[in-house]
Amino acid sequence: MKLAYWMYAGPAHIGTLRVASSFRNVHAVMHAPLGDDYFNVMRSTSERERDFTPVTASVVDRHVLARGSQEKVINNISRKDEEQRPDLIVSTPTCTSSILQEDLQNFVDRASLSSESDVILADVNYYRVNELQAADRTLEQIIRHYLDRARKQGTSDRSVTYAPSANIIGISTSGFHNQHDCRELKRLLGESGVAINQVIPEGGSLKYLKDLPRAWFNTVPYREVGLMTAAFSEKEYGMPYISITPMGISNTADFIAQIGKLVNVWASVLSEKKLNYKLYIENQTKFVSQAAWFSKSIDCQNLAGKEAAISGDATHAASITKTLVREMGIRVGCAGTYCKHDAERFNEQVQGLCDEVIVTEDHTEVGDTIARIEPSAIFGTQMERHVGKRIDIPCGVISSPVHIQNSPPGYRPFLGYEGTNQIADLIYNSFNLGMEDHSPDVFGGHDTKEVSAKSLSADRKETNWTPEAELEPNKIPGFVRGRTKKNTEISARQNYVSEITVDVMYAAKEKSSL
Amino acid sequence: MKTLEIPISECETGNYHTFCPISCVAWLYQKIEDSFFLVVGTKTCGYFLQNALGVMIFAEPRYAMAELEEGDISAQLNDQKELERICLQIKNDRNPSVIIWIGTCTTEIIKMDLEGIAPKLEKQLGIPIAVARANGLDYAFTQGEDTASAATTHRCPEHIRYATNQQTEDGIGHVAVGAAPTDGIPHEKGRLERYSLVLFGSLPSSVASQLTLELRRQSISVSGWLPSQKYTELPALGEGVYVCGVNPFLSRTATTSMRRRKCQLIGAPFPIGPDGTRAWIEKICLVFDVKSNSLEERENQIWKNLKDYLGIVTGKSVFFMGDNLLEISIARFLIRCGMIVYEIGIPYMDRRYQAAELLLLQKTCEKMKTLMPRIVEKPDNYSQVQRMHELRPDLAITGMAHANPLEARDIDTKWSVEFTFAQIHGSTNARDALELVTRPLRRKNSPISGCRSLSRQTIES
Repeated sequence: MKLAYWMYAGPAHIGTLRVASSFRNVHAVMHAPLGDDYFNVMRSTSERERDFTPVTASVVDRHVLARGSQEKVINNISRKDEEQRPDLIVSTPTCTSSILQEDLQNFVDRASLSSESDVILADVNYYRVNELQAADRTLEQIIRHYLDRARKQGTSDRSVTYAPSANIIGISTSGFHNQHDCRELKRLLGESGVAINQVIPEGGSLKYLKDLPRAWFNTVPYREVGLMTAAFSEKEYGMPYISITPMGISNTADFIAQIGKLVNVWASVLSEKKLNYKLYIENQTKFVSQAAWFSKSIDCQNLAGKEAAISGDATHAASITKTLVREMGIRVGCAGTYCKHDAERFNEQVQGLCDEVIVTEDHTEVGDTIARIEPSAIFGTQMERHVGKRIDIPCGVISSPVHIQNSPPGYRPFLGYEGTNQIADLIYNSFNLGMEDHSPDVFGGHDTKEVSAKSLSADRKETNWTPEAELEPNKIPGFVRGRTKKNTEISARQNYVSEITVDVMYAAKEKSSL
Repeated sequence: MKTLEIPISECETGNYHTFCPISCVAWLYQKIEDSFFLVVGTKTCGYFLQNALGVMIFAEPRYAMAELEEGDISAQLNDQKELERICLQIKNDRNPSVIIWIGTCTTEIIKMDLEGIAPKLEKQLGIPIAVARANGLDYAFTQGEDTASAATTHRCPEHIRYATNQQTEDGIGHVAVGAAPTDGIPHEKGRLERYSLVLFGSLPSSVASQLTLELRRQSISVSGWLPSQKYTELPALGEGVYVCGVNPFLSRTATTSMRRRKCQLIGAPFPIGPDGTRAWIEKICLVFDVKSNSLEERENQIWKNLKDYLGIVTGKSVFFMGDNLLEISIARFLIRCGMIVYEIGIPYMDRRYQAAELLLLQKTCEKMKTLMPRIVEKPDNYSQVQRMHELRPDLAITGMAHANPLEARDIDTKWSVEFTFAQIHGSTNARDALELVTRPLRRKNSPISGCRSLSRQTIES
């Protein structure tokens, strides 16, 4: 048992649901007790999703404990099949079904006999993997399922497209700025002369998965989701993949250079001409991205040597560390990630860039480290933002887990050249706010903290609050307390009541509409 | 209590969305100031709590997860030792007056004997440990509070009968039921002063004092609330104590106080809306044989104050998808406001505990000349959405999982969970309840019909 208040990565089934509900026309049936369908709420609120989340629970209740849930699971799958005709139903185990140890695979096999939809069981061990690992695994499982089938049926098309093309793997629902990143990535590839073959899982359609191997190569922008799929495609179909995250100027340049390498291998065979990416990179770096100029400008000079602390998932924490240190000359006191499963690679990435590395899932450890270092700014998750609030240090949010404000309707990619602009803004604003905060303090503040007497307070003597009533406003939330007191006093005066009792106070509230 | 002949049209599949009952820790830890809630469960429970409670989680809450790991599930680790270690840590860090263990689905399935371990650790640590099995296998959302309240019912001190034979004189002639033994003059009314009234249901303290005040106007004083503001101030229960619920989802607490603590339950409608509040007070007055005083006048006054809102809701239709058990009471209130209710979905319907409320619903329908809405227990959300497409209600009261998708389909929605967190009890808060209901309706009209002035009310307490 572990005493825990908060966690960075969610439970395994969330990962499976994220992947399943990202595909088009895929439905997930969770084997879970009432209330475990909270994913639907998250997707509908945080993502402001306007369609019903294609996730239903096959509810585990007392009866299920007594009799087993087989009929129920099978019925629920068949029912979904009839009602919504999905292409695929993913049966999703949860912590509860893991301990029940029912033969879900058997149910799934039986259900698939009577369903028009395909039915698979997500192969995820709840107690061994977290949300991110499960998402990675489920994506690979679905891809493998459809590619294997296509191969068996002889419908797979393994000829590469004529023009250079790529798949983007790992864009999913509830992913940090994934939608914007996807758009930016498409642009980046497009400008490099690479067509998009498919994007999975977000918006992907299962019908077309068989054509996945037609792309020249795969790109996996995030380390957390998609690497397994890319590795599988490489092994089975010989597809190379780029796992560099194009976040920050130098990473993006590396990413494009990698594209160049992969494209030119084939290009020389197919069209006998080589594409040159050097000029493109230079042009973009100098003029499209403002980040290079920004780091040269006086603004950024002022940031030199300032200290930051970084925490987040492996992809974002490592990339932002690189950007801060290499591109902006900011010192990084500590860089950390909660992706323990990817610790080795993370260490490698930030080696030599920061004073210390913390790999932990315990947010208090991160908080303590930050408090000890006292950086000028923090770049982390929503949890670090709150740590920052408590110790009065500004924080820019760079990674999940996040709140709804991190699903902005406006265009905010973190990847590509536009991404470098966004990151520059984020970083500069965080530091700048911190300094603004400090200078008034140095000069004693421009505002006097005491608010000058309001006109009402002069009348205060006319109205007497009984000791009991005096205490009552304290029960009311602070932000309406003043207004309530004021309204009560006005109402008392209008009614010629000289002493305010609890009674008078609530009577005033009842009439507050008048 | 008699069961009513009110038809519950249907019991569907139970495939509906609601919050897990462990969510009760969110409001209970705030209500009981010296408590600590320990949820013994998995990452799934933790993930739900941290996301459902949003910012609350960052405010150093007095609750935590005892997160079960593979070793706990396979019993490689000893439950008692593990819980001991964790509770000791909590004791050292927070020093609460009580630790409440919330049992979850997982502890049910692996049959962890929380009730057996608690007394042992309680002795060892010197902190009371109460156990509430608020799990998703058995309960929905607000029923979590019910299990926790039922667990604390056992912890209330024993009501000492002779002590209440005397009563204090407080000048206004209150029937000081259950007052502390003082050297007051024995009351002449005879029967009444031997009894004590305890209200159960956790409400924000301002709402609790409003309701207490309402009863005091009728010369009835409340001797305690369950739960109390502090664990150390739990009210005395026992023979001769009358208990009355303020929320419709507290049937276990009611049963426990009757069966285990020998209290007498006052079965009344719930004090939601001016009609409900009046009926609630009247019933209590009836039981204590106190002549109620100007209740009708007061109710009418409140309705008069609600006129602007009533103008908005009258004639509009509403559909309750059902997730928090407040549905019957709110529907009854809204019908009285002139709304047409198509369907009342409800997770669980205790006909005995809600008997008076159901009767009032029936009477209200007769009075307003509308049909009795269909009540659907354990609803099926998918079928409900199909029905909604046919009925096209003006308002759907529903959970967040469906709100945005329904809005996108041009059905106005109100998020049902807000009713459990907002102050909707008592006459004083009738406006707040209608403020919630009318918000989506006003939003649509406001730029045109000049109803904008109403929105000022959003920040009114």
